[in-house]
Amino acid sequence: MSAIFTKSMARNVFYGGGVFFFLLFLALTFDSMRVLPTRDNSQNITANVEHGKKVWETNNCIGCHTLLGEGAYFAPELGNVYKRRGPAFIKGWIQGMPTGVPGRRQMPQFNLTEQELDDLIEFLKYTSEIDTNNWPPNIEG
Amino acid sequence: MKYASQAVAKPYFIAAIALFLGQILFGLIMGLQYVVGDFLFPAIPFNVARMVHTNLLIVWLLFGFMGASYYLIPEESETELFSPKLAIITFWVFLVAGAITVLGYLMVPYASLAKWTGNDLLNTMGREFLEQPLPTKVGIVLVALSWLFNIVMTVLKGRKTAISMVLTLGMLGLAAFWLFSFYNPVNLVKDKFYWWWVVHLWVEGVWELILGAMLAFVLIKVTGVDREVIEKWLYVIITMTLVTGIIGTGHHYFYIGLPEYWLWWGSIFSALEPIPFLMMTIFAFNMVNKRRRDHPNKAAVIWALGTSVVAFLGAGLWGFLHTLAPVNYYTHGTQLTAAHGHLAFYGAYALVVLTMISYAMPILRGRAANSEKAQVMEMWSFWLMTVSMFVIALLLTGAGIVQVWLQRVSETPMGFMAVQDQLAIFYWAREAVGVVFLIGLLLYIWSFFVKDKSPVLA
Ligand code: HEM
Ligand code: HEM
Ligand code: HEM
Ligand SMILES: [Fe+2]
Repeated sequence: MSAIFTKSMARNVFYGGGVFFFLLFLALTFDSMRVLPTRDNSQNITANVEHGKKVWETNNCIGCHTLLGEGAYFAPELGNVYKRRGPAFIKGWIQGMPTGVPGRRQMPQFNLTEQELDDLIEFLKYTSEIDTNNWPPNIEG
Repeated sequence: MKYASQAVAKPYFIAAIALFLGQILFGLIMGLQYVVGDFLFPAIPFNVARMVHTNLLIVWLLFGFMGASYYLIPEESETELFSPKLAIITFWVFLVAGAITVLGYLMVPYASLAKWTGNDLLNTMGREFLEQPLPTKVGIVLVALSWLFNIVMTVLKGRKTAISMVLTLGMLGLAAFWLFSFYNPVNLVKDKFYWWWVVHLWVEGVWELILGAMLAFVLIKVTGVDREVIEKWLYVIITMTLVTGIIGTGHHYFYIGLPEYWLWWGSIFSALEPIPFLMMTIFAFNMVNKRRRDHPNKAAVIWALGTSVVAFLGAGLWGFLHTLAPVNYYTHGTQLTAAHGHLAFYGAYALVVLTMISYAMPILRGRAANSEKAQVMEMWSFWLMTVSMFVIALLLTGAGIVQVWLQRVSETPMGFMAVQDQLAIFYWAREAVGVVFLIGLLLYIWSFFVKDKSPVLA
């Protein structure tokens, strides 16, 4: 790099650029939070959904599954599982674990109560109704 | 070793390597579970192995960053570390807390762990990479603050160089963005939005400052090129990092419920993110070509050049591959993501820590460089690990393309599990190559124990 562009100029560009783009990011964040209620299905967040999310988290479902494409890639996408399988299937499925099929990937038995199961399903329903710009491409997730 | 207090780096480096070994063993367990689904079930379910694998990764990298900064900062500041004692106490606190956390994952059902550790007070657990119980999360804050305090005090009392400023700023950012791990709103979209402030703003933001500073330090040492030149490069590279990487966070905001304009902001800015990585490669090779001395530690030079190249491949090239919104629509959350995650983490962060260790460890052990024999072993381990990680990335990329095709592009999409069955061949090959990686790592560890018959004196 030429001698005209000195180290202290480089430093100033670094601090200036860093601060500028961070502020721009904050502005975009601010706007996103403003627009969010039109897309995030938050009007359907009930106490049950809240509890369902906690059941989801405290059993670490994300350690095998993706949810809206984020998480682990070992087991099916669950962001749209409510639409793919419906509530009854999901409930029966979780209660029926593990399949015990030799050599097949296994999901643990979590011993959830009726209430926990129902709330978990409410959470998955709420999640499936978030506006995700039409992702995933099809129902298989 | 110029300053006695630099010696505190040594336990940090040893712990980093030991935890790295643990990480790989759990990676291999998961790799086998991918094809033999009931392997070790229910003793170690996949999700447990995954937590251990990824959390050990983060923790050993943090050990590496800390050790590296305790080595680097006194030398840059030309003064002893503010408090070597604090650094050692912090080391033990972090090691014990980390060990207890991993044992907790392995021995207690996750739901019980959550209950016993106060997750009801503040829900923070059960999110990818942020699985740690609340006390561990708080512990990480304390460890980071102690580290930051020690480093800042040292910098303040000594010479202030660009490298130490950039490193300190990176650490400050690391600590600051970690605080978002405590924010877990019920609204899933917001939860995910701020989750990325930890994950993305770490690896594609502030950690890159740490990476750049460490690489610049080693390059000054092994090439003898003028500091002015190297530090100017450093500033230009990290300017590009922040200019592209901060708004580049948007490449995670395409399909999780955020406004459509992120499709544009995220695609455009993240498409530019490879630039700083490319510059880093050009920089490293340029400096080595212009070297004013031939440092006896040839292995360290290889690790440094390797870092710059594999970071570009893993983060720059493999990142670009799936970062444009129309592509990401199909690849989001597939084996392609795993391919990229592996090569990027390995190339950028695992390798830069190993670079620092390779450079500093011989000096900490009282010599400028290891014996010829030990260095040759180290270089073999570099090639074994690097080539196998590259092949793993290629295999997962193959798996990802087939997965996307069968499950998402096809007119008659197959279900997730049926597709996974079709990918078994890729996963078996990945596991085999993973074993080669392990052999490389074992060789690396062995190289520390090679008897020094012909030590190179400082
Ligand atoms: C409470 C947390 C969890 C919930 C709510 C959950 C829910 C589900 C549901 C609804 C399915 C059926 C998907 C479909 O048919 O499309 C499923 C499948 C599956 N889950 Fe989970 N899961 C959880 C945790 C886990 C964990 C921790 C693992 C791994 C250790 C796991 C592994 C699997 C596997 C391998 C399948 C596919 C099994 C097969 O097809 O035989 N799950 N899960
Ligand atoms: C060499 C043997 C290794 C094997 C067999 C292995 C295997 C795995 C597996 C099976 C997963 C879970 C993928 C999923 O969610 O389904 C995973 C995740 C991960 N591993 Fe490894 N791994 C290895 C080495 C490494 C190394 C050396 C690094 C980094 C330096 C690494 C970093 C990661 C990361 C960051 C994730 C999370 C990826 C994501 O969420 O996209 N792994 N690994
Ligand atoms: C050293 C730097 C980097 C590291 C360590 C890294 C690591 C990762 C990891 C671990 C994930 C998976 C996260 C998850 O589990 O959900 C990921 C996702 C992603 N990364 Fe990177 N990355 C780096 C740089 C980049 C760059 C420079 C780009 C773009 C050019 C990029 C583009 C992406 C994209 C688009 C995703 C989302 C994939 C998906 O939708 O599933 N990354 N990265
Ligand atoms: Fe990212």
